[in-house]
This record gives sequence, C-alpha cells and structure tokens, in this order.
Amino acid sequence: MQYMLLLYVDQNAYAKLSPEEQKQGYGAYMSFMEALKKADAYQTSGRLQPTTTATTVRVSNGKTQVLNGPYTETKEQLGGYFLINAPDLDAALSWAARCPASQHGTVEVRPIWEMYQQS
Amino acid sequence: MSSVEGDEQARSTADAVARRSYGRLVAFLAARTRDVASVEDALAEAFASALQDWPRNGCPANPEGWLLTAARRKLIDFARRRRTGEAAGGELQLIAEELEAAAAASTTHELQIPDQRLALMFACAHPAIEAGVRAPLILQVLLGLDAAMIASAFLTSPTAMGQRLVRAKDKIRKAGIPFRIPEPEELPGRLGAVLDAIYAAFSEGWTDSGGTDVARRDLAEEALFLGQLVTQMLPDEPEALGLLALMLYVEARRPARRNARGEYVPMAEQDMSLWNMDMIEAAEGLLLRASPLNSIGRYQIEAALQSAHVARRRSGHANWGAVVQLYDALLALSGSPVVAINRALAVAEVDGAPAALAILEGLAADERLTQYQPYWAARAELLARTNACDGARHAYEVAIGLERDPAVRHFLLQRQAALARI
Repeated sequence: MQYMLLLYVDQNAYAKLSPEEQKQGYGAYMSFMEALKKADAYQTSGRLQPTTTATTVRVSNGKTQVLNGPYTETKEQLGGYFLINAPDLDAALSWAARCPASQHGTVEVRPIWEMYQQS
Repeated sequence: MSSVEGDEQARSTADAVARRSYGRLVAFLAARTRDVASVEDALAEAFASALQDWPRNGCPANPEGWLLTAARRKLIDFARRRRTGEAAGGELQLIAEELEAAAAASTTHELQIPDQRLALMFACAHPAIEAGVRAPLILQVLLGLDAAMIASAFLTSPTAMGQRLVRAKDKIRKAGIPFRIPEPEELPGRLGAVLDAIYAAFSEGWTDSGGTDVARRDLAEEALFLGQLVTQMLPDEPEALGLLALMLYVEARRPARRNARGEYVPMAEQDMSLWNMDMIEAAEGLLLRASPLNSIGRYQIEAALQSAHVARRRSGHANWGAVVQLYDALLALSGSPVVAINRALAVAEVDGAPAALAILEGLAADERLTQYQPYWAARAELLARTNACDGARHAYEVAIGLERDPAVRHFLLQRQAALARI
C-alpha cells in the first residue's frame, strides 16, 4: 500500500536554531530518506515553504476568490511530506516513528486512495 | 427424511457451526483482504444458502468446508463487482487460488482452517482503532453478535453502535491494519488492549447481575470464551492468565449474588454452596501458572484479590494486611480512585474505620467520585461503624440516588434503615 506521511511542525522553530543545529536537523532528514530508499519504501518527498507564503483559492458561484494566507491557522503547520510504500499500517507507523518530525512535531499517516477502491 | 426434519437438522447443524467456527471463518477469510465487512456479508449469505441446500441434499460431512467454499464464491463475486483493472484481476486470482487450496484441504480432512482469530483480535484492538469501539468490534467480528444486541449491552443506540462498527471496519480495510500477532517487543502493550476489550465485554455482561437480561449474561460467557482462546494461543502471557482467572472468580459467584427474592447479597453474606468451585479451582490454577512468569500486572493483582476474598470466606480467617498490600500494588499501577476506595475499605479492617475515613477524605477532591455510588456507599459504611449515624444516613442517601440497579438500591435502603437501630 501507499501511505502519505504528513509532517506537522512548528515552522518558526527552525529559524531559531543555530546554524550547527540546522545542519544536524537537515542531516537527520537526509538519513531518514536514505533509509527509506534502501528499504525500497521511498516514493517521493517534499519540504514546504512556510505558511506565510501560502495563498488560498476557492471558487464559489463561478467567482474565483484568492486569499492571502493558509487555509487554517494552527500551532503546528504542514511542513513537508513523504510518500512511501509499506505492506501495512504497522510498517507505515514504524517509518513515521523514525521520521525526525515525530521527535519535534507530529506525523500524520494517511493511506492513499487506491484507484480500484470504489468506496 | 421429511422436509421438516431436514430443515431442523440443517438449522441445528448451521447453528452449531456458527457457534463453533464463526470467528475462525471470518479471521481466515479476512486476513488477506482485511475487508471484514465483505467477509461478514459473504458468510451471512453462505449460511443462508446452507439453510436452503442442506435440507434438500443432506448436511455435508464437513460443514465448515462447505461454508468456506460458498463464502469464497460470494467474496469473489463482491470483488468482481467492486474492482476493475488488471492489477486487481491478478490479486483476485491469487486470493481465489489460496482460498481454493484451503477449501479443498478442509473438505478432505478435518477442519484445517488455520486459526487466525487472535490476529483478528489484534487488528480489532489496534491502537489506530478508537478505544471505545474495540470491545464491541471484537464481539461482532469474532462472535457474530449483531449491532443491536451489542448496543443494548453498552447502553448506546443501535444506530450509533452500527455506525461506529462500520467506521472501524472501514478503517481496518482502508488504513491497512494488519492481521498479525505483534512481535515480542511490542506484544505487552498491544496485548493489553486486547485484554482490556475482553474485560470490557465481560464487565458489560456482568452489570446485569440479576441475569434477567439474557443478552448481557451471554456477553460474560462470550468474554470467558475469548479469554480462554487468548490463553490457549499465548499460554505464557501472565496477564492473559490473570484476566481469565479474574473473570472465572467473578463468574463463579454469579449464582450467589442474588437471593431467592432477587435481592443483592454482598460477598460477606453469600451462600458459598452456590459458588462454582470448579471455576474457582481453575482460576487458582491459572494464577499459579502466571506467578513464575514474573511479570505482575493489573489483572493478576485483581485476580489475587479475588483469591484472597474467596480464601477469607472459605477459611474464616482474613489476611487483611496482604489484601491492603495487593491494593497498594494495584493503586501504584492504575492510579485509579476506584481502587483507592476499595483499598480504604481494606485499611478499615486493619487500622479501623477512622483511618479509612481519613483516606476517603483525601480522595474527595476528585470530582468524578462525587458521582460514584461505591464512594458514597463506602463512606456510609465507615461512618456507620464510627456511630456517626447522621453522616452515614446522608451518604447512603446520595449512594441510593446514584445507583441504577434496583436490587442494589434496595440493599442500600435496607442498610440505611438499619442505622436507626444502632
């Protein structure tokens, strides 16, 4: 199965770290990604710019509304994602527990909707 | 054979198979696809087909194998209807072959369906499943109980219970919750959830102590069955042994909990000849098996307390010091104010009622306790022993107001009335 690991972290925390700590943090994510690749579990991943760069779009009654800012304001923000392959939820959860974001934030694990599943 | 006789025989064979093998069939069929709801539907249809086919053609030599084959066909039908695409086709073929092989084996030999019920229980009690629905889910999936019956036992509406069960099964399938017994390092935590779910089912069955509600009494029996199943499959897990022992101790005294007029009888006044001694001995044996495994836990301690209470009644000698120690251990594990109340009652036997009342005073800050009947009943009892009749009368009043069970309410009223005569 495919699972999306959604990384929710305090986006302001990173800026407060020393350059050395930032380097360490970055390295932890690189190692995690490498481990995923070695296990053939890695599909893709991405790091998001902070929510200050977000713009929200909604079309109602044919009119496009463009709003400055994120969809919702939260204490921790969606900061990145990993799309992985895992045989079952337990395997996906154990990857989530190894993800550095689970140490300083929260990782939400969501199965990907499989195309032939009607419901 | 007349058709009426044939119908009856078919029905009784189907009933027997349902009782004996329902959970085993669900677990086996659902283990691969994790689609519990479809398996339940397929099995229901297979049982319906059996009731049509067996009266005409006679009951098969291996009814489980027959039902497995029928359910397998239904499942493949369901899957064809739901799924399209090449990848799905390949997977379907694989499932079909696997089930075919198992069905063939099971028609030629005695039932050889691998027993995956414990794995199914672990899926139902997975941390990804909402804690409150784990026990109902296990009861439905492993025992085939319907949502309406489960709802009445857990005091919720059938619609709400039905929806929660559907959501939970949906999550097992879509989130890919595995059917497997966890690895040894994660087993203790995960097994706890399974045991808690079984005990929750047992407690719901136990609440109706009058035994007037058949559905609830059955629930306690089913919980005992599940407890036995876990100890058979994990014979060296001390907490599983402890839980089964605890349930057996409690169940053994069921016939003595009410007198002939249906009135509540406290343990100290129960007629011991009504206790089921076979169950009590089995419970003692389980505790003995658990103790050398050197891992103490909540259920073993609660069972040990039951054992101490039973020993007190049987020998006439009480070792209240040991009972207080057991409660100390249980309190340290659970931190539960309910345990603290029971501990206070044991302390009263060792150090006297005033000491116990002081402990209760210390608990009064917990708001949950102000709505908890046993807290007020314990207070009333202890106040009565110190001859503080007015305080005792008031505490009984509150306890009576909080009690749901009419038999217990009646018992408390009698205690309150007896105060005047002290």
